[in-house]
Amino acid sequence: MPESKRIEIQVLRYRPEQEDEPVWQSYYVPFTDDMSVLQGLQHIKDDIDGTLSFRWSCRMAICGSCGMMVNGTPKLSCQTFLRDLLPGPVRVEALAHFPIERDLVVSVEPFVKKLESVKPYIIPKKPRTLDQGEYLQTPEELELFEQYSSCINCMLCYAACPQFGLNPDFTGPGVLALAHRYNADSRDGGRDERMEILSTEEGVWSCTAVGYCSVVCPKHVDPANAVNQNKVNSAKDYFLRFLSPKGASK
Amino acid sequence: MSVKVGVRRPYIRPMQGWWRRDPFFIRYMLREATAFAVLAYSIVLAVGVARLAQGEAAWNAWLAALKTPGSILLHLVLLVSFAVHARSWFEIMPKTMPMMFVGGHRVEGSAITRTGWTATVVVTLAMFALTWWWKK
Repeated sequence: MPESKRIEIQVLRYRPEQEDEPVWQSYYVPFTDDMSVLQGLQHIKDDIDGTLSFRWSCRMAICGSCGMMVNGTPKLSCQTFLRDLLPGPVRVEALAHFPIERDLVVSVEPFVKKLESVKPYIIPKKPRTLDQGEYLQTPEELELFEQYSSCINCMLCYAACPQFGLNPDFTGPGVLALAHRYNADSRDGGRDERMEILSTEEGVWSCTAVGYCSVVCPKHVDPANAVNQNKVNSAKDYFLRFLSPKGASK
Repeated sequence: MSVKVGVRRPYIRPMQGWWRRDPFFIRYMLREATAFAVLAYSIVLAVGVARLAQGEAAWNAWLAALKTPGSILLHLVLLVSFAVHARSWFEIMPKTMPMMFVGGHRVEGSAITRTGWTATVVVTLAMFALTWWWKK
């Protein structure tokens, strides 16, 4: 390593057996121009303080594990470089709006439960056998859902959503975007099941179009667009049922 | 089998003052606040309609009230608020609409925002022209 530069990284620590509320702790870390915030944290854990806890896996913005607040903004720490945060200090905190389990680790169970609830997989319209061949889609049909399928469940959009912070029961941008990803897919037939969740107050109607979710998304998904398209869909379902009641046929 | 794996005591951070935490949230709150300017001006106009119904004297009194310095100041504040309102809503408009396709290509968000602005400018100029033509 060439002569190393140093940067101060301040981490919001929370050790439930030790403190009642989180406290800031400062570390000085040598860094090179190609080092990410995640690598800075790994240096702290390996060489300075082994008690620091954080999640990470792939180091290349694919797994969605290393989301955290970097200088107050939701970021993937593997994709955020120390050289861009000079001269420091860099303040690192667990993802906003989620309960902190320990240091930079947040509780994810409620998120996973919501994700499961919208059935994020294709529910075929009718059974299809192999000899019927593959499904065909036009480029337009693909574009209707393609960007939403880039979601990596990193939850940065939740840390950017004040409505989720104020009401943790809100289904939230990421899960709603994924629900829409399947609803908008011409191969899928599960829309009615998902709309039951999307149309509730905790579904799309808790969104107030802040729009920050779409700004912070590291995969260029546009959750705000998915949510708001489904306000239209939900309203259509509500009013159209007076014209074509489905109650009897269900 | 029971293994004690440590204390689990999730810490929930308070949300007080959340909108001051990020400049994006401040802009959002500003956008929402400008809705009050729209409400205020709709009341000004509604009062005008009510005064018109009351007869010529009432109508002229309302017109005179609009020319007072306080009223002109209010109108300037409302004009700025409307500009912020229009700008921020046209910015978020592409996110609130279903995807549109023209000739097999998706209409870009920036095109939707531009269309909003174009419509605003056209309607505003038409209103100016109509008023000018009316007064002649």
